[in-house]
Amino acid sequence: MSKMVPYPSDSIIPERDLDKTPVLEARHLGIDFGGLTAVDDFNLIVGRTEIAGLIGPNGAGKTTVFNLLTKVYQPTRGTILLNGKETSRMNTVQVNKAGIARTFQNIRLFSNLSVEDNVKIGLHNAMRQSMVTGVLRLPGYFKSERVAHERALELLSIFDMQDLANHQAGSLPYGAQRRLEIVRALATNPSLLLLDEPAAGMNPSETAELMENIRKIRDTFQIAVMLIEHDMNLVMGICEGIAVLNYGRIIAKGTPQEIQSNPQVIEAYLGKQKDKEAGQ
Amino acid sequence: MKKLSKTTRDNLITYAIVIVAFAIMQTLSVTGHVSNSLAGQLVPICVYICMAISLNLTVGILGELSLGHAGFMSVGAFTGVIVAMSFSGLPGWLRLVLAIVIGGILAAVAGVIVGVPVLRLRGDYLAIVTLAFGEIIKNLLNNIYVGVDGHGLHFSMKDTASLGMDGGTVLINGPMGAPGIQKLSTFVAGFILVLIVLTVTLNLIRSRSGRAIMAIRDNRIAAESVGINITKYKLMAFVTSAALAGMAGALYALNYSSILPKKFDFNTSILVLVFVVLGGMGNIRGSIIAATVLTILPEALRFLNDYRMLIYAVVLILVMLVTNNPTLKAGWEQIKERLAFWRKPAPAGAEGGGSNE
Amino acid sequence: MNLLSNLINGISLGSVYAIIALGYTMVYGIAKMLNFAHGDVIMVGAYICFCAMSYLNLPPVAGVLMAMVVCTLLGIVIERLAYKPLRQATSLAVLITAIGVSYFLQNIALLIWKSDPKVFTSVVEGWGGLTLFGGELRITAVTLVTVLANIVIMVCLTLFTSKTKKGKAMRAVSEDKGAAQLMGINVNSTISLTFAIGSGLAAIAGVLLCSAYPTLMPTTGSMPGIKAFTAAVLGGIGSIPGAMLGGILLGVIEIFGKAYISTQLSDAIVFAVLIIVLLIKPTGLLGKKISEKV
Repeated sequence: MSKMVPYPSDSIIPERDLDKTPVLEARHLGIDFGGLTAVDDFNLIVGRTEIAGLIGPNGAGKTTVFNLLTKVYQPTRGTILLNGKETSRMNTVQVNKAGIARTFQNIRLFSNLSVEDNVKIGLHNAMRQSMVTGVLRLPGYFKSERVAHERALELLSIFDMQDLANHQAGSLPYGAQRRLEIVRALATNPSLLLLDEPAAGMNPSETAELMENIRKIRDTFQIAVMLIEHDMNLVMGICEGIAVLNYGRIIAKGTPQEIQSNPQVIEAYLGKQKDKEAGQ
Repeated sequence: MKKLSKTTRDNLITYAIVIVAFAIMQTLSVTGHVSNSLAGQLVPICVYICMAISLNLTVGILGELSLGHAGFMSVGAFTGVIVAMSFSGLPGWLRLVLAIVIGGILAAVAGVIVGVPVLRLRGDYLAIVTLAFGEIIKNLLNNIYVGVDGHGLHFSMKDTASLGMDGGTVLINGPMGAPGIQKLSTFVAGFILVLIVLTVTLNLIRSRSGRAIMAIRDNRIAAESVGINITKYKLMAFVTSAALAGMAGALYALNYSSILPKKFDFNTSILVLVFVVLGGMGNIRGSIIAATVLTILPEALRFLNDYRMLIYAVVLILVMLVTNNPTLKAGWEQIKERLAFWRKPAPAGAEGGGSNE
Repeated sequence: MNLLSNLINGISLGSVYAIIALGYTMVYGIAKMLNFAHGDVIMVGAYICFCAMSYLNLPPVAGVLMAMVVCTLLGIVIERLAYKPLRQATSLAVLITAIGVSYFLQNIALLIWKSDPKVFTSVVEGWGGLTLFGGELRITAVTLVTVLANIVIMVCLTLFTSKTKKGKAMRAVSEDKGAAQLMGINVNSTISLTFAIGSGLAAIAGVLLCSAYPTLMPTTGSMPGIKAFTAAVLGGIGSIPGAMLGGILLGVIEIFGKAYISTQLSDAIVFAVLIIVLLIKPTGLLGKKISEKV
């Protein structure tokens, strides 16, 4: 079913990452849901410190790709290499430990817990504290809690959220919830951060700030970011490589300039985008 | 006191309530001011507090409905009886401690056996399977015969005759339960067990493991995405909950001269669940208060004779209707906001200053 | 022959479970609640029929009808007073309320009819049933009537939900309450109707159960209630054919367990089967697969 695409002819890794193992390599990735092919022949390489964009009309399969990469769904076909390592035997938890963290299109916070606890849960695998240490309040408990507390505040300060640490996560305004999800994902110390519509529901000034912050995160943590987004200003503004998905297949790949002038993309994507806007 | 976070303060209040309540009851009971019927309720109150806290760990903190909690209680109860009666040479308090500890361990083992298959299921399906396991445990206990003689313990699944005993005593006699228990439980022991159960639960909640458990409750998919091993932490909560229930069960059994397996049926599981729901999901202090009030209440209503349980049922329904009434709920929230406003005259900017340690 | 007779007894007991399970499954399907008071409606049905026959000297048919009318009304009233105000509440709040209703019914029964067991006269007494293979296989009248009633109810319910407007509304509400409301379906009256049907069936089940096992007490409904609930889950809760299948399987397993494995452990066997089935098929035999959208 899948065409063999010569590797790595299709990569759009930025110059600086060329000599390193890419953080992500998806080859001929595909999944069927009961006879319906949702994603097919998905080939993509993301560089070590690249900001990559995944765009496409609604229902193109973008979130499904994220779900495949994080093993929420097991792919029907194809392979995923994470930092050069095969992930076919991994589940969601192992993939996260191996370096992928994500946010969700429909926000999934631990909404009854505090903002700080949300970040501390992100730090779960970085903390060294057994159940016995925790229950018996051995000295190790206080030390690990203090370290986690400081680290959580430090991470929250990326988005200037340290003052919200004791608030309940579910009571935060929408934009702050999206930012908290990013912080929580970062807390797991990923090498690839997947952001599913991070700017959804944000106003233009919030979006501009978010763009800055995504860049800042990439620069400080030296990690790759891949994002799904409908806001073209954001995508064209920060992504170095973009892949366009339509009906579950990549129809174009390239730099923002190449994508903007690609006739196939304009036809399949931008045309649809106008329809969608007219429909709303 | 200023540097304490809200949770720490809440926890301290909970400990204080338990300790003060114990001190008052103990003083009254030593000075002979406690009626006989209430004195008889003191140990059961401690038992039900432990049961409610432990079930709250599964239902409120882990977020999985369990309808078979009495099953773990019964494992602890019958194990406790066997242990306490087998070591008849030791001093009473040590036998009680051993009974509670081993009862807890065996209940934890039962928790693992039940939890591994059950925790793969979701929602109502999980609930019905815990109910099924509770019934299975009760059914098995109805058919277990244990005796002790000079050669040690004897087990049988048939009858007392097939124990093959050389004199000695029958400890557990199938559906007749444990006939000749020596009463070892005391109010002080009950109080200590409540403190232990409370400390374990509160400390667990405010630790790395507890946060992982609550993360699973709030959003399983997100918890997985940040690398939390769902099975491990679900099982941890479930088994801890079972172990604590087993300890409470041992304390319970050793408070009576005989107990029947029938006592630990679906109705007892439900009784404890009612404590948890009325006390508030995940609210440990609420569980303690609800368990105390609802254990005393039916006794206090004894003068109503046959109408007692009817009134209990009506009260239960009315409480659920009132606490879930949207209008009343909104009103209550408003009152709480008012109170918070009075306590903190300048809400803006005053938040978030407190450190967690 | 022994095997065949056990099988028939199993199907008969299973038919009672199936009729009770229908009530559980329909209510679950439509209101997404575990109605633990359902078992006690059975008990009320049996008492009403008992009173009609023993105190009023009415013929059995009138007794059954009276039981059905009373239980149907009871179901509607319970839903109106106790469950309807909790439509928006958590499922746990509804569960506890249902348990409150269960206690209420048991204790009302205790006050009216006292705790001493009543000996229920079979509604088909006087008719000997069938004797086959030269007396080697006897099928009692109760068994025949129970199985027959089960078949009739099953056929009627299937026709009702697939052919009639009300039945289709019922399916629509259980699929998606909001959408059904937008399509002009009266959700409240549909839910009431479901409770009415479920409770009416519970009355029949109560009469049949007590005709076969003639001891009637205020707690008579509890265990069959739990078993029937198990049956509904076994078949896939929310599914009408599932309730039927689950009920009959459970009855057969229980009787076979008693006959060939252990009388004392038959309950444990029944519940163990449920657990094994759910581990293989987590939503029951005929249940729909649930998937969570990420």
